[in-house]
Amino acid sequence: MKLIMAIIKPFKLDDVREALTPLGVQGLTVTEVKGFGRQKGQTEIYRGAEYHVSFLPKVKIEVVVGDDLAEGVIEAIAKAANTGKIGDGKIFVLDVERAMRIRTGETDIAAL
Amino acid sequence: MTRPRLTWGLTALLTTILAAAPAFADDATPKLDSGDTAWMLSSTALVLLMTIPGLALFYAGMVRKKNILATMMQSFTICCIVTIVWMVAGYSIAFTTGTAYMGDFSRIMLHGIADHIVKGNDSQAFVLASGVKGVSDMVTTIPETVYMMFQMTFAIITPALIAGAFADRMKFSAMCLFMTLWSLLIYAPVAHWVWSPSGWASQLGVLDFAGGTVVHINAGIAGLVCALVLGKRNGYGTVNMAPYNLAYAVIGASLLWVGWFGFNAGSAVAANGRAGMAMSVTQIATAAAALGWVFAEWIAKGKPSVLGAASGAVAGLVAITPASGFVLPGGALVIGIAAGVGCFWASTSLKHMLGYDDSLDCFGVHGVGGIIGALLTGVFAFGPLSATDANPDGSPGGMAQFVLQCEGVASTLVYSGVGTFVLLMIVKAIVGLRVNEEEEREGLDIVLHGEQVF
Repeated sequence: MKLIMAIIKPFKLDDVREALTPLGVQGLTVTEVKGFGRQKGQTEIYRGAEYHVSFLPKVKIEVVVGDDLAEGVIEAIAKAANTGKIGDGKIFVLDVERAMRIRTGETDIAAL
Repeated sequence: MTRPRLTWGLTALLTTILAAAPAFADDATPKLDSGDTAWMLSSTALVLLMTIPGLALFYAGMVRKKNILATMMQSFTICCIVTIVWMVAGYSIAFTTGTAYMGDFSRIMLHGIADHIVKGNDSQAFVLASGVKGVSDMVTTIPETVYMMFQMTFAIITPALIAGAFADRMKFSAMCLFMTLWSLLIYAPVAHWVWSPSGWASQLGVLDFAGGTVVHINAGIAGLVCALVLGKRNGYGTVNMAPYNLAYAVIGASLLWVGWFGFNAGSAVAANGRAGMAMSVTQIATAAAALGWVFAEWIAKGKPSVLGAASGAVAGLVAITPASGFVLPGGALVIGIAAGVGCFWASTSLKHMLGYDDSLDCFGVHGVGGIIGALLTGVFAFGPLSATDANPDGSPGGMAQFVLQCEGVASTLVYSGVGTFVLLMIVKAIVGLRVNEEEEREGLDIVLHGEQVF
Protein backbone atom coordinates (compact mmCIF):
# COMPACT_ATOMS: atom_id res chain seq x y z
CA MET A 1 0.00 0.00 0.00
CA LYS A 2 1.14 3.55 -0.71
CA LEU A 3 0.23 6.88 0.90
CA ILE A 4 0.13 9.50 -1.83
CA MET A 5 0.36 13.00 -0.40
CA ALA A 6 -0.13 15.88 -2.80
CA ILE A 7 0.13 19.64 -2.11
CA ILE A 8 -1.87 21.45 -4.77
CA LYS A 9 -3.43 24.79 -5.58
CA PRO A 10 -6.76 25.09 -3.76
CA PHE A 11 -8.84 25.74 -6.87
CA LYS A 12 -7.59 22.47 -8.42
CA LEU A 13 -9.14 20.30 -5.71
CA ASP A 14 -12.33 19.44 -7.57
CA ASP A 15 -10.44 18.60 -10.78
CA VAL A 16 -8.21 16.20 -8.85
CA ARG A 17 -11.15 14.52 -7.13
CA GLU A 18 -12.91 14.03 -10.46
CA ALA A 19 -9.77 12.54 -11.98
CA LEU A 20 -9.34 10.03 -9.14
CA THR A 21 -12.86 8.60 -8.87
CA PRO A 22 -12.77 6.66 -12.19
CA LEU A 23 -9.51 4.99 -11.09
CA GLY A 24 -11.29 3.29 -8.20
CA VAL A 25 -10.11 5.54 -5.39
CA GLN A 26 -12.68 5.06 -2.62
CA GLY A 27 -11.80 7.99 -0.38
CA LEU A 28 -9.31 10.69 0.42
CA THR A 29 -8.52 13.27 3.10
CA VAL A 30 -8.20 16.99 2.41
CA THR A 31 -6.51 19.59 4.63
CA GLU A 32 -6.16 23.34 4.13
CA VAL A 33 -2.49 24.14 4.64
CA LYS A 34 -0.03 26.99 4.18
CA GLY A 35 3.52 26.84 2.96
CA PHE A 36 6.14 28.13 0.62
CA GLY A 37 8.26 26.77 -2.20
CA ARG A 38 9.63 28.32 -5.37
CA GLN A 39 6.55 30.55 -5.56
CA LYS A 40 7.82 32.45 -2.46
CA GLY A 41 5.05 34.70 -1.12
CA GLN A 42 3.28 37.93 -1.86
CA THR A 43 3.29 41.53 -0.61
CA GLU A 44 0.32 43.09 1.15
CA ILE A 45 0.03 46.84 1.80
CA TYR A 46 -2.21 48.34 4.50
CA ARG A 47 -2.13 52.14 4.69
CA GLY A 48 1.43 52.22 3.51
CA ALA A 49 2.70 49.43 5.78
CA GLU A 50 4.07 46.63 3.59
CA TYR A 51 4.05 43.05 4.78
CA HIS A 52 5.64 40.16 2.93
CA VAL A 53 3.45 37.10 3.34
CA SER A 54 5.71 34.10 2.79
CA PHE A 55 3.18 31.33 3.40
CA LEU A 56 0.54 30.87 0.73
CA PRO A 57 -2.62 28.83 1.12
CA LYS A 58 -2.56 25.34 -0.44
CA VAL A 59 -4.60 22.15 -0.17
CA LYS A 60 -3.06 18.88 0.96
CA ILE A 61 -4.63 15.65 -0.33
CA GLU A 62 -3.85 12.31 1.31
CA VAL A 63 -4.95 9.11 -0.36
CA VAL A 64 -3.96 5.49 0.40
CA VAL A 65 -4.17 2.91 -2.41
CA GLY A 66 -2.85 -0.54 -3.26
CA ASP A 67 0.56 -0.73 -4.97
CA ASP A 68 -1.09 -1.54 -8.31
CA LEU A 69 -3.11 1.69 -8.36
CA ALA A 70 -0.35 4.02 -7.11
CA GLU A 71 1.25 4.88 -10.44
CA GLY A 72 -2.11 5.73 -12.06
CA VAL A 73 -3.14 7.93 -9.11
CA ILE A 74 0.15 9.86 -9.19
CA GLU A 75 -0.20 10.48 -12.91
CA ALA A 76 -3.85 11.52 -12.56
CA ILE A 77 -3.07 14.04 -9.80
CA ALA A 78 -0.08 15.43 -11.68
CA LYS A 79 -2.20 15.91 -14.78
CA ALA A 80 -5.28 17.36 -13.09
CA ALA A 81 -3.38 19.79 -10.81
CA ASN A 82 -1.05 21.10 -13.48
CA THR A 83 -1.38 24.70 -14.64
CA GLY A 84 2.20 25.01 -15.90
CA LYS A 85 2.79 27.97 -13.61
CA ILE A 86 5.06 28.20 -10.59
CA GLY A 87 3.32 27.09 -7.37
CA ASP A 88 1.47 24.03 -8.72
CA GLY A 89 2.69 21.94 -5.76
CA LYS A 90 4.33 18.56 -5.16
CA ILE A 91 3.49 14.89 -4.73
CA PHE A 92 5.11 12.62 -2.13
CA VAL A 93 4.73 8.85 -1.99
CA LEU A 94 5.28 6.80 1.19
CA ASP A 95 4.98 3.11 2.03
CA VAL A 96 2.09 2.20 4.36
CA GLU A 97 2.55 -0.70 6.82
CA ARG A 98 -1.00 -1.37 7.93
CA ALA A 99 -4.56 -0.14 7.53
CA MET A 100 -7.78 -0.91 9.40
CA ARG A 101 -11.43 0.07 8.93
CA ILE A 102 -12.63 0.99 12.40
CA ARG A 103 -16.28 -0.05 11.92
CA THR A 104 -15.66 -3.65 10.73
CA GLY A 105 -12.12 -4.41 11.76
CA GLU A 106 -11.14 -5.26 8.15
CA THR A 107 -7.43 -4.78 7.48
CA ASP A 108 -5.05 -3.63 4.74
CA ILE A 109 -6.37 -3.61 1.14
CA ALA A 110 -9.87 -4.62 2.28
CA ALA A 111 -9.92 -1.60 4.58
CA LEU A 112 -9.24 0.96 1.84
CA MET B 1 -43.38 123.83 31.00
CA THR B 2 -40.86 121.13 30.67
CA ARG B 3 -41.56 119.28 33.86
CA PRO B 4 -45.24 118.38 33.32
CA ARG B 5 -44.50 117.25 29.81
CA LEU B 6 -41.72 114.99 31.05
CA THR B 7 -43.94 113.53 33.75
CA TRP B 8 -46.62 112.88 31.20
CA GLY B 9 -44.08 111.30 28.91
CA LEU B 10 -42.71 109.03 31.62
CA THR B 11 -46.17 107.96 32.67
CA ALA B 12 -47.09 107.15 29.12
CA LEU B 13 -43.90 105.19 28.62
CA LEU B 14 -44.41 103.28 31.85
CA THR B 15 -47.98 102.45 30.91
CA THR B 16 -46.87 101.24 27.52
CA ILE B 17 -44.16 99.02 29.02
CA LEU B 18 -46.49 97.57 31.63
CA ALA B 19 -49.16 96.85 29.06
CA ALA B 20 -46.70 95.37 26.62
CA ALA B 21 -44.73 93.30 29.11
CA PRO B 22 -47.00 90.23 29.37
CA ALA B 23 -47.49 90.06 25.62
CA PHE B 24 -43.74 90.38 25.05
CA ALA B 25 -43.04 87.56 27.50
CA ASP B 26 -45.51 85.30 25.70
CA ASP B 27 -43.87 85.90 22.35
CA ALA B 28 -40.42 85.32 23.78
CA THR B 29 -41.24 81.93 25.27
CA PRO B 30 -39.28 79.62 22.97
CA LYS B 31 -41.77 77.29 21.34
CA LEU B 32 -41.28 73.58 20.81
CA ASP B 33 -41.58 72.18 17.32
CA SER B 34 -42.57 68.54 17.04
CA GLY B 35 -40.99 68.14 13.59
CA ASP B 36 -37.64 69.45 14.80
CA THR B 37 -37.86 67.35 17.93
CA ALA B 38 -38.61 64.20 15.92
CA TRP B 39 -35.60 64.79 13.69
CA MET B 40 -33.32 65.42 16.67
CA LEU B 41 -34.48 62.24 18.41
CA SER B 42 -33.65 60.34 15.20
CA SER B 43 -30.31 62.14 14.79
CA THR B 44 -29.34 61.21 18.33
CA ALA B 45 -29.90 57.52 17.59
CA LEU B 46 -27.93 57.86 14.33
CA VAL B 47 -24.93 59.42 16.08
CA LEU B 48 -24.92 56.68 18.72
CA LEU B 49 -24.88 54.16 15.85
CA MET B 50 -21.59 55.72 14.74
CA THR B 51 -19.81 54.57 17.91
CA ILE B 52 -21.59 51.28 18.52
CA PRO B 53 -21.33 49.38 16.30
CA GLY B 54 -19.83 51.71 13.63
CA LEU B 55 -16.50 52.75 15.12
CA ALA B 56 -16.23 49.51 17.12
CA LEU B 57 -16.32 47.52 13.85
CA PHE B 58 -14.16 49.97 11.90
CA TYR B 59 -11.38 49.76 14.48
CA ALA B 60 -11.77 46.07 15.34
CA GLY B 61 -11.48 45.21 11.64
CA MET B 62 -8.05 46.82 11.43
CA VAL B 63 -6.35 45.06 14.35
CA ARG B 64 -4.87 41.59 14.59
CA LYS B 65 -7.02 38.61 15.57
CA LYS B 66 -5.78 38.59 19.16
CA ASN B 67 -7.00 42.16 19.82
CA ILE B 68 -10.41 42.24 18.11
CA LEU B 69 -12.56 41.91 21.23
CA ALA B 70 -10.43 44.31 23.28
CA THR B 71 -10.78 46.93 20.55
CA MET B 72 -14.56 46.53 20.39
CA MET B 73 -14.67 46.65 24.18
CA GLN B 74 -12.97 50.07 24.13
CA SER B 75 -15.73 51.68 22.04
CA PHE B 76 -18.44 49.91 24.02
CA THR B 77 -17.01 50.82 27.42
CA ILE B 78 -16.33 54.42 26.44
CA CYS B 79 -19.99 54.67 25.39
CA CYS B 80 -21.04 53.61 28.88
CA ILE B 81 -18.46 55.63 30.83
CA VAL B 82 -19.08 58.88 28.97
CA THR B 83 -22.83 58.50 29.38
CA ILE B 84 -22.42 58.56 33.14
CA VAL B 85 -19.73 61.28 33.09
CA TRP B 86 -21.98 63.42 30.90
CA MET B 87 -24.91 62.97 33.26
CA VAL B 88 -22.85 63.71 36.36
CA ALA B 89 -20.94 66.81 35.21
CA GLY B 90 -19.91 66.82 31.54
CA TYR B 91 -23.12 68.30 30.21
CA SER B 92 -23.14 71.01 32.86
CA ILE B 93 -19.53 72.01 32.08
CA ALA B 94 -20.21 72.12 28.35
CA PHE B 95 -23.71 73.49 27.90
CA THR B 96 -24.57 75.91 30.67
CA THR B 97 -23.87 79.63 30.46
CA GLY B 98 -20.91 79.89 32.87
CA THR B 99 -17.89 81.85 31.63
CA ALA B 100 -16.16 82.05 28.27
CA TYR B 101 -13.97 79.06 29.21
CA MET B 102 -16.37 76.61 30.80
CA GLY B 103 -19.97 76.28 31.86
CA ASP B 104 -21.22 76.41 35.43
CA PHE B 105 -22.42 73.65 37.75
CA SER B 106 -26.15 74.32 37.52
CA ARG B 107 -26.83 71.06 35.65
CA ILE B 108 -24.71 68.73 37.81
CA MET B 109 -26.49 65.34 37.90
CA LEU B 110 -28.78 66.94 35.29
CA HIS B 111 -30.34 68.89 38.13
CA GLY B 112 -33.21 71.04 36.89
CA ILE B 113 -33.55 69.40 33.49
CA ALA B 114 -37.21 68.71 34.29
CA ASP B 115 -37.94 72.28 35.43
CA HIS B 116 -40.14 73.15 32.47
CA ILE B 117 -42.04 69.89 32.26
CA VAL B 118 -45.77 70.35 32.67
CA LYS B 119 -48.32 67.62 31.97
CA GLY B 120 -45.75 65.32 30.42
CA ASN B 121 -44.17 67.83 28.06
CA ASP B 122 -41.74 70.73 28.22
CA SER B 123 -43.57 74.05 28.39
CA GLN B 124 -40.71 75.76 26.54
CA ALA B 125 -37.80 74.90 24.30
CA PHE B 126 -34.16 74.85 25.34
CA VAL B 127 -32.29 78.16 25.33
CA LEU B 128 -28.57 78.47 25.96
CA ALA B 129 -26.66 81.46 27.30
CA SER B 130 -29.59 83.85 27.65
CA GLY B 131 -28.81 87.12 29.37
CA VAL B 132 -25.06 87.13 28.67
CA LYS B 133 -23.93 90.64 27.81
CA GLY B 134 -23.07 91.15 24.16
CA VAL B 135 -24.04 87.61 23.17
CA SER B 136 -27.14 86.59 21.30
CA ASP B 137 -28.47 83.50 22.98
CA MET B 138 -29.08 80.22 21.19
CA VAL B 139 -32.79 79.49 20.98
CA THR B 140 -33.79 75.99 19.94
CA THR B 141 -37.18 74.42 19.25
CA ILE B 142 -36.52 71.15 21.09
CA PRO B 143 -36.71 70.07 24.75
CA GLU B 144 -33.50 70.22 26.78
CA THR B 145 -33.55 66.44 27.30
CA VAL B 146 -33.23 65.95 23.53
CA TYR B 147 -30.45 68.54 23.25
CA MET B 148 -28.60 66.95 26.17
CA MET B 149 -28.88 63.45 24.63
CA PHE B 150 -27.86 64.63 21.15
CA GLN B 151 -24.75 66.27 22.59
CA MET B 152 -24.05 63.20 24.72
CA THR B 153 -23.61 61.05 21.61
CA PHE B 154 -20.95 63.52 20.40
CA ALA B 155 -19.25 63.35 23.77
CA ILE B 156 -19.23 59.55 23.42
CA ILE B 157 -17.68 59.26 19.98
CA THR B 158 -14.88 61.78 20.53
CA PRO B 159 -12.88 59.83 23.15
CA ALA B 160 -13.75 56.59 21.34
CA LEU B 161 -11.89 57.94 18.29
CA ILE B 162 -8.71 58.38 20.36
CA ALA B 163 -8.67 54.64 21.10
CA GLY B 164 -7.45 54.04 17.55
CA ALA B 165 -4.10 55.60 18.37
CA PHE B 166 -3.21 53.31 21.28
CA ALA B 167 -4.85 50.13 20.00
CA ASP B 168 -3.12 46.82 20.84
CA ARG B 169 -1.23 48.05 23.91
CA MET B 170 -3.09 50.12 26.53
CA LYS B 171 -4.24 48.67 29.84
CA PHE B 172 -8.01 48.54 30.23
CA SER B 173 -7.89 50.19 33.66
CA ALA B 174 -5.74 53.00 32.32
CA MET B 175 -8.10 53.47 29.37
CA CYS B 176 -11.15 53.77 31.66
CA LEU B 177 -9.48 56.30 33.94
CA PHE B 178 -7.98 58.33 31.10
CA MET B 179 -11.26 58.55 29.19
CA THR B 180 -13.20 59.66 32.27
CA LEU B 181 -10.75 62.49 32.92
CA TRP B 182 -10.41 63.42 29.26
CA SER B 183 -14.14 63.64 28.70
CA LEU B 184 -14.58 65.90 31.70
CA LEU B 185 -11.49 68.11 31.47
CA ILE B 186 -10.76 68.29 27.74
CA TYR B 187 -13.91 67.52 25.77
CA ALA B 188 -16.49 69.38 27.85
CA PRO B 189 -14.58 72.71 28.05
CA VAL B 190 -13.69 72.68 24.33
CA ALA B 191 -17.33 71.97 23.45
CA HIS B 192 -18.26 74.97 25.61
CA TRP B 193 -15.73 77.28 23.89
CA VAL B 194 -17.07 76.48 20.44
CA TRP B 195 -20.73 75.57 20.78
CA SER B 196 -22.03 77.61 23.70
CA PRO B 197 -22.76 81.17 22.54
CA SER B 198 -20.98 82.30 25.72
CA GLY B 199 -17.80 80.39 24.83
CA TRP B 200 -14.79 82.47 23.72
CA ALA B 201 -14.33 80.77 20.35
CA SER B 202 -17.99 81.20 19.55
CA GLN B 203 -17.88 84.88 20.53
CA LEU B 204 -14.79 85.35 18.40
CA GLY B 205 -16.68 83.93 15.41
CA VAL B 206 -14.88 80.59 14.87
CA LEU B 207 -17.07 78.39 12.68
CA ASP B 208 -17.51 74.73 13.55
CA PHE B 209 -20.86 73.37 12.48
CA ALA B 210 -20.68 69.79 13.77
CA GLY B 211 -17.32 69.31 15.43
CA GLY B 212 -14.21 69.74 13.29
CA THR B 213 -12.35 71.32 16.20
CA VAL B 214 -14.39 69.99 19.13
CA VAL B 215 -14.53 66.37 17.96
CA HIS B 216 -11.95 65.58 15.30
CA ILE B 217 -8.96 67.87 15.87
CA ASN B 218 -9.49 67.39 19.60
CA ALA B 219 -9.46 63.57 19.32
CA GLY B 220 -6.77 63.56 16.61
CA ILE B 221 -4.15 65.49 18.55
CA ALA B 222 -5.00 63.58 21.74
CA GLY B 223 -4.43 60.37 19.77
CA LEU B 224 -1.07 61.58 18.51
CA VAL B 225 0.03 62.44 22.06
CA CYS B 226 -1.15 58.99 23.26
CA ALA B 227 0.81 57.27 20.47
CA LEU B 228 3.95 59.24 21.36
CA VAL B 229 3.66 58.76 25.13
CA LEU B 230 2.78 55.05 25.01
CA GLY B 231 5.38 54.31 22.34
CA LYS B 232 5.31 51.87 19.45
CA ARG B 233 3.77 48.44 19.55
CA ASN B 234 6.33 45.68 20.12
CA GLY B 235 7.65 44.50 16.81
CA TYR B 236 6.38 47.57 14.94
CA GLY B 237 8.00 47.57 11.52
CA THR B 238 9.19 43.97 11.70
CA VAL B 239 6.23 41.85 12.81
CA ASN B 240 3.27 41.39 10.46
CA MET B 241 0.49 43.60 11.82
CA ALA B 242 -1.89 43.16 8.90
CA PRO B 243 -5.60 43.63 9.73
CA TYR B 244 -7.37 40.35 10.46
CA ASN B 245 -10.80 41.13 9.02
CA LEU B 246 -11.10 44.11 6.71
CA ALA B 247 -14.74 43.23 6.04
CA TYR B 248 -15.49 44.45 9.59
CA ALA B 249 -13.69 47.70 8.81
CA VAL B 250 -15.74 48.26 5.66
CA ILE B 251 -19.02 47.57 7.47
CA GLY B 252 -17.93 49.89 10.27
CA ALA B 253 -16.98 52.69 7.90
CA SER B 254 -20.32 52.32 6.11
CA LEU B 255 -22.22 52.56 9.41
CA LEU B 256 -20.17 55.65 10.27
CA TRP B 257 -21.19 57.17 6.93
CA VAL B 258 -24.91 56.57 7.53
CA GLY B 259 -24.73 57.71 11.16
CA TRP B 260 -22.90 60.85 10.11
CA PHE B 261 -26.10 62.25 8.61
CA GLY B 262 -27.35 62.51 12.18
CA PHE B 263 -24.05 64.09 13.19
CA ASN B 264 -23.96 66.78 10.49
CA ALA B 265 -27.57 67.33 9.42
CA GLY B 266 -28.60 66.93 13.08
CA SER B 267 -26.27 69.77 14.02
CA ALA B 268 -28.75 72.18 12.42
CA VAL B 269 -30.82 71.36 15.55
CA ALA B 270 -33.86 71.61 13.29
CA ALA B 271 -35.49 69.82 10.37
CA ASN B 272 -34.92 72.57 7.86
CA GLY B 273 -33.11 73.65 4.71
CA ARG B 274 -29.81 74.07 6.48
CA ALA B 275 -30.03 70.45 7.64
CA GLY B 276 -30.77 69.46 4.05
CA MET B 277 -27.72 71.33 2.77
CA ALA B 278 -25.57 69.82 5.54
CA MET B 279 -26.72 66.35 4.49
CA SER B 280 -26.06 67.05 0.79
CA VAL B 281 -22.54 68.35 1.26
CA THR B 282 -21.76 65.48 3.63
CA GLN B 283 -22.60 62.93 0.94
CA ILE B 284 -20.68 64.81 -1.76
CA ALA B 285 -17.51 65.40 0.28
CA THR B 286 -17.44 61.80 1.50
CA ALA B 287 -17.70 60.33 -1.98
CA ALA B 288 -15.06 62.75 -3.29
CA ALA B 289 -12.66 61.90 -0.45
CA ALA B 290 -13.06 58.13 -0.92
CA LEU B 291 -12.27 58.51 -4.62
CA GLY B 292 -9.42 60.92 -3.83
CA TRP B 293 -7.75 58.45 -1.47
CA VAL B 294 -8.27 55.48 -3.80
CA PHE B 295 -6.87 57.23 -6.88
CA ALA B 296 -3.93 58.69 -4.95
CA GLU B 297 -3.16 55.18 -3.67
CA TRP B 298 -3.60 53.63 -7.10
CA ILE B 299 -1.08 56.05 -8.56
CA ALA B 300 1.39 55.94 -5.64
CA LYS B 301 1.25 52.26 -4.61
CA GLY B 302 -0.12 50.51 -7.68
CA LYS B 303 -3.39 49.18 -6.28
CA PRO B 304 -6.70 50.76 -5.23
CA SER B 305 -7.29 49.14 -1.82
CA VAL B 306 -10.55 48.41 -0.02
CA LEU B 307 -9.12 49.78 3.23
CA GLY B 308 -8.19 52.91 1.28
CA ALA B 309 -11.75 53.42 0.07
CA ALA B 310 -13.15 53.01 3.60
CA SER B 311 -10.47 55.26 5.11
CA GLY B 312 -10.98 57.91 2.44
CA ALA B 313 -14.72 57.99 3.13
CA VAL B 314 -14.08 58.54 6.84
CA ALA B 315 -11.54 61.27 6.03
CA GLY B 316 -14.18 63.04 3.91
CA LEU B 317 -16.79 62.75 6.65
CA VAL B 318 -14.33 64.24 9.12
CA ALA B 319 -13.35 67.16 6.89
CA ILE B 320 -16.89 68.16 5.94
CA THR B 321 -18.01 68.09 9.58
CA PRO B 322 -17.05 71.69 10.50
CA ALA B 323 -18.08 72.93 7.04
CA SER B 324 -21.48 71.25 6.66
CA GLY B 325 -24.14 73.86 7.30
CA PHE B 326 -21.79 76.60 6.06
CA VAL B 327 -20.66 75.53 2.58
CA LEU B 328 -22.28 74.75 -0.77
CA PRO B 329 -21.83 71.58 -2.89
CA GLY B 330 -18.91 73.01 -4.88
CA GLY B 331 -16.96 73.77 -1.73
CA ALA B 332 -17.78 70.30 -0.42
CA LEU B 333 -16.27 68.72 -3.52
CA VAL B 334 -12.99 70.57 -3.01
CA ILE B 335 -12.95 69.81 0.73
CA GLY B 336 -13.58 66.12 0.01
CA ILE B 337 -10.79 65.76 -2.55
CA ALA B 338 -8.35 67.69 -0.33
CA ALA B 339 -9.20 65.47 2.64
CA GLY B 340 -8.93 62.21 0.67
CA VAL B 341 -5.51 63.02 -0.75
CA GLY B 342 -4.25 64.83 2.38
CA CYS B 343 -5.23 62.07 4.81
CA PHE B 344 -3.83 59.40 2.46
CA TRP B 345 -0.50 61.19 2.56
CA ALA B 346 -0.63 61.68 6.34
CA SER B 347 -1.55 58.06 7.08
CA THR B 348 0.79 56.35 4.65
CA SER B 349 3.80 58.67 4.32
CA LEU B 350 3.92 61.28 7.09
CA LYS B 351 3.43 58.64 9.79
CA HIS B 352 6.30 56.51 8.51
CA MET B 353 8.50 59.57 7.95
CA LEU B 354 8.06 60.77 11.54
CA GLY B 355 8.11 57.25 12.96
CA TYR B 356 5.23 57.37 15.46
CA ASP B 357 2.94 54.36 15.77
CA ASP B 358 -0.59 55.76 15.54
CA SER B 359 -1.98 52.24 15.14
CA LEU B 360 -5.25 53.00 13.35
CA ASP B 361 -4.44 56.55 12.17
CA CYS B 362 -6.47 58.55 14.64
CA PHE B 363 -4.28 61.59 13.90
CA GLY B 364 -3.76 60.85 10.22
CA VAL B 365 -7.50 60.73 9.52
CA HIS B 366 -9.23 62.72 12.28
CA GLY B 367 -6.50 65.22 13.14
CA VAL B 368 -5.39 66.00 9.60
CA GLY B 369 -8.91 65.70 8.12
CA GLY B 370 -10.29 67.93 10.86
CA ILE B 371 -7.66 70.60 10.24
CA ILE B 372 -8.24 70.55 6.47
CA GLY B 373 -11.99 70.88 7.01
CA ALA B 374 -11.80 73.57 9.69
CA LEU B 375 -9.47 75.76 7.62
CA LEU B 376 -11.36 75.32 4.34
CA THR B 377 -14.61 76.22 6.13
CA GLY B 378 -13.07 79.69 6.43
CA VAL B 379 -12.56 79.74 2.68
CA PHE B 380 -15.82 78.30 1.34
CA ALA B 381 -18.43 79.45 3.92
CA PHE B 382 -21.53 80.84 2.17
CA GLY B 383 -22.98 83.77 4.13
CA PRO B 384 -26.74 83.25 3.65
CA LEU B 385 -26.56 79.76 5.22
CA SER B 386 -25.58 81.23 8.59
CA ALA B 387 -27.42 84.56 8.32
CA THR B 388 -29.77 85.56 11.16
CA ASP B 389 -31.81 88.65 12.04
CA ALA B 390 -28.98 89.81 14.28
CA ASN B 391 -26.34 89.02 11.65
CA PRO B 392 -27.96 89.43 8.22
CA ASP B 393 -24.74 88.79 6.28
CA GLY B 394 -23.98 85.51 8.04
CA SER B 395 -20.37 84.39 8.16
CA PRO B 396 -18.97 84.32 4.62
CA GLY B 397 -15.58 82.80 3.86
CA GLY B 398 -12.57 85.04 3.31
CA MET B 399 -9.24 86.03 4.75
CA ALA B 400 -10.72 87.32 8.03
CA GLN B 401 -12.67 84.11 8.59
CA PHE B 402 -9.69 81.97 7.61
CA VAL B 403 -7.58 83.66 10.30
CA LEU B 404 -10.32 83.00 12.87
CA GLN B 405 -10.38 79.34 11.82
CA CYS B 406 -6.61 79.15 12.32
CA GLU B 407 -7.04 80.49 15.83
CA GLY B 408 -9.70 77.88 16.59
CA VAL B 409 -7.51 75.07 15.24
CA ALA B 410 -4.38 76.24 17.06
CA SER B 411 -6.12 76.66 20.44
CA THR B 412 -7.64 73.19 20.20
CA LEU B 413 -4.30 71.63 19.23
CA VAL B 414 -2.50 73.30 22.14
CA TYR B 415 -5.14 72.78 24.84
CA SER B 416 -5.94 69.19 23.91
CA GLY B 417 -2.31 68.26 23.21
CA VAL B 418 -0.96 69.61 26.49
CA GLY B 419 -4.01 68.50 28.49
CA THR B 420 -3.81 64.96 27.13
CA PHE B 421 -0.12 64.76 28.04
CA VAL B 422 -0.81 65.86 31.62
CA LEU B 423 -3.70 63.40 32.01
CA LEU B 424 -1.58 60.54 30.66
CA MET B 425 1.12 61.33 33.23
CA ILE B 426 -1.47 61.27 36.01
CA VAL B 427 -2.90 57.95 34.83
CA LYS B 428 0.61 56.53 34.43
CA ALA B 429 1.38 57.41 38.05
CA ILE B 430 -1.82 55.80 39.32
CA VAL B 431 -2.26 52.58 37.30
CA GLY B 432 0.40 52.59 34.54
CA LEU B 433 -0.42 52.89 30.85
CA ARG B 434 0.79 49.82 28.96
CA VAL B 435 0.40 46.09 29.30
CA ASN B 436 3.76 44.34 29.62
CA GLU B 437 5.59 42.91 26.64
CA GLU B 438 4.50 39.33 27.20
CA GLU B 439 0.85 40.32 27.61
CA GLU B 440 1.05 42.36 24.44
CA ARG B 441 2.46 39.38 22.53
CA GLU B 442 -0.24 37.12 23.96
CA GLY B 443 -2.98 39.53 22.84
CA LEU B 444 -5.31 41.79 24.78
CA ASP B 445 -8.44 39.67 24.28
CA ILE B 446 -7.23 36.79 26.40
CA VAL B 447 -5.01 38.80 28.78
CA LEU B 448 -7.40 41.65 29.61
CA HIS B 449 -10.79 40.06 29.09
CA GLY B 450 -10.27 36.28 29.27
CA GLU B 451 -12.08 35.72 25.99
CA GLN B 452 -11.26 35.00 22.36
CA VAL B 453 -12.94 35.78 19.08
CA PHE B 454 -13.66 32.84 16.68
